[in-house]
Amino acid sequence: MLDEGKIKELKKFAAKIRMETIKEIGSLGIGHVGSSLSIADVLAVLYGEVMNIDPKNPRWEDRDWLILSKGHAGPALYATLALKGYFPMEELETLNRPGTNLPSHCDRNRTVGVDMTTGSLGQGASAAAGIALGLKMENKKSYVYLILGDGECNEGQVWEMALFASQFKLGNLIAFVDYNKKQLDGDTKDICDLGNLAGKFEEFGWHAQDVDGHDVEQIFLAIEKAKKHPDQPSMIVLNTIKGYGCSFAIGSHNIPVSKEQVEQAVKECEEAISSLN
Amino acid sequence: MNIMLAKENLPEKVEMRQVYCDTLIEMSEADDRVVVLDADLMTAMGTLRYAKRFPDRTINCGIQEANMIGVAAGLSAAGKIPFAHTFAAFASRRALDQVFISGAYAKLNIKIIGSDPGITAALNGGTHMSFEDLGIMRAIPQMTVIEPADSSAFRDILKKIKDVYGMFYVRLVRKNAIKIYEEGSTFEIGKSVLLKNGSDITIIAAGFCVAEALEAARMLEAKGISARVIDMFTIKPIDKEAVIKSARETGAVVTAENHNIINGLGSAVAEVLGEHMPVPMGRIGIKDSFGEVGPVDYLKKRFEITAQDIAAKAEEVLRRKYQERTA
Repeated sequence: MLDEGKIKELKKFAAKIRMETIKEIGSLGIGHVGSSLSIADVLAVLYGEVMNIDPKNPRWEDRDWLILSKGHAGPALYATLALKGYFPMEELETLNRPGTNLPSHCDRNRTVGVDMTTGSLGQGASAAAGIALGLKMENKKSYVYLILGDGECNEGQVWEMALFASQFKLGNLIAFVDYNKKQLDGDTKDICDLGNLAGKFEEFGWHAQDVDGHDVEQIFLAIEKAKKHPDQPSMIVLNTIKGYGCSFAIGSHNIPVSKEQVEQAVKECEEAISSLN
Repeated sequence: MNIMLAKENLPEKVEMRQVYCDTLIEMSEADDRVVVLDADLMTAMGTLRYAKRFPDRTINCGIQEANMIGVAAGLSAAGKIPFAHTFAAFASRRALDQVFISGAYAKLNIKIIGSDPGITAALNGGTHMSFEDLGIMRAIPQMTVIEPADSSAFRDILKKIKDVYGMFYVRLVRKNAIKIYEEGSTFEIGKSVLLKNGSDITIIAAGFCVAEALEAARMLEAKGISARVIDMFTIKPIDKEAVIKSARETGAVVTAENHNIINGLGSAVAEVLGEHMPVPMGRIGIKDSFGEVGPVDYLKKRFEITAQDIAAKAEEVLRRKYQERTA
């Protein structure tokens, strides 16, 4: 259980992640705003409470791992890592600039704290399963957290991994789908309908739950519940809204961002933070 | 490198796949980071003995090559040394993006074993016949690409690549090779082996074409032509010095491979010659076509990659060499 104070703290952390993500993408003027904002709450819960990590020792061998398989949401992860002290906040302004360590899609060799290179959709899923299996072979207590996009679940590789993780009883793999119902060309139901995602994973042998992906308490409790199933991989479907928390970005994928929009969005985030004080 | 050449080039008693399994067991006994992956071809590759000996380090993914390479990448990130096998066609064509992004671009450490390359897919036919895997793998930055000629070379190379961090692709026949080296020979990745000296022309080959090249050299010798034979078992990075030296000393080059003449060994040699030492050259290999079903001996003739074809190509290239000199 989380006490009231902790819940408020995580909500504030999520709002800060949103604010820094918008500033980061805004400094360049274009980026995957909507896709980044919809995962701010799960990142807040993972990095603010759940994950066993040490920002001063990012490759600590007993850490928990996070694989952001929807690699195009990198900016949200970078904001989270900077807020946790993995690298200086100023570095966020280098996003996608020549020579940066913060590319559009996640790169384990460039960004301190990024555990896997992702961006070609579906691939982070298998890598996460491989890491989970490797850790299991070593009898490590660590967990591997995997964040998939909903559009990403169009990829066959996700479902190959779903069969595999179940076969190998990867109880240390806890996956999320950011089910914001949108992909690049429109609504997921109009392009390649995913239907009942939790039901599909359950059918593949996973322990599966459906939660409000913007409710930090629900996300936390779902993770706690997932950990009670050590012989099964876990899926937590996050029902989210693309662009959540910044009115101009609702429903957006990769869009240009004006200075005025950044100012407006920062104001919204600041209001969200102060309402929690 | 310590090379002992076999006295006779006869079919080996041991199959390549048996050496694969034996060497995996030997390496796994000595190094607990070694893990073995397959995509439902362990029976075909003869690795069930490994699974029995090391059940907890055997990861049979089922028929999912893309996921297998992704899982191998994850295992590598977690500190393991994965050896992942499937047929060459699937390792290269089917799992390419995973090999490229999750493996190579992510700078991880996967040893990919592609069996039944080229015409050795035989009765599996055109769908399973990879004439392009060397080219695909050669196009991936920092990928090392290897095709051993026989079991002694394969055994030593497997042990060597275990201890070199990075991405490796090794293509090989599953069954019996022709013996080229004595057991106990040791090799150096990236260094070719001079099998037979010669002064008129150089034949550069890899895989089973090495034995064909040696046979071609014997045929040429009967005609008074002195052919040098090189085993270029590392296709990438290619042994540039050896290619240049042989081109300079013999003035003509023929390549021989069980692969499309586009993008494989012939192309790799031509790139070196074109930049450093242009001499008349010819390529023996598959002439930009798809595979088809049939026994290996039939397919060798059908696609013109026999010793006779190599010898004929050598004579043709030699004519060009002498014409150029007189012109």
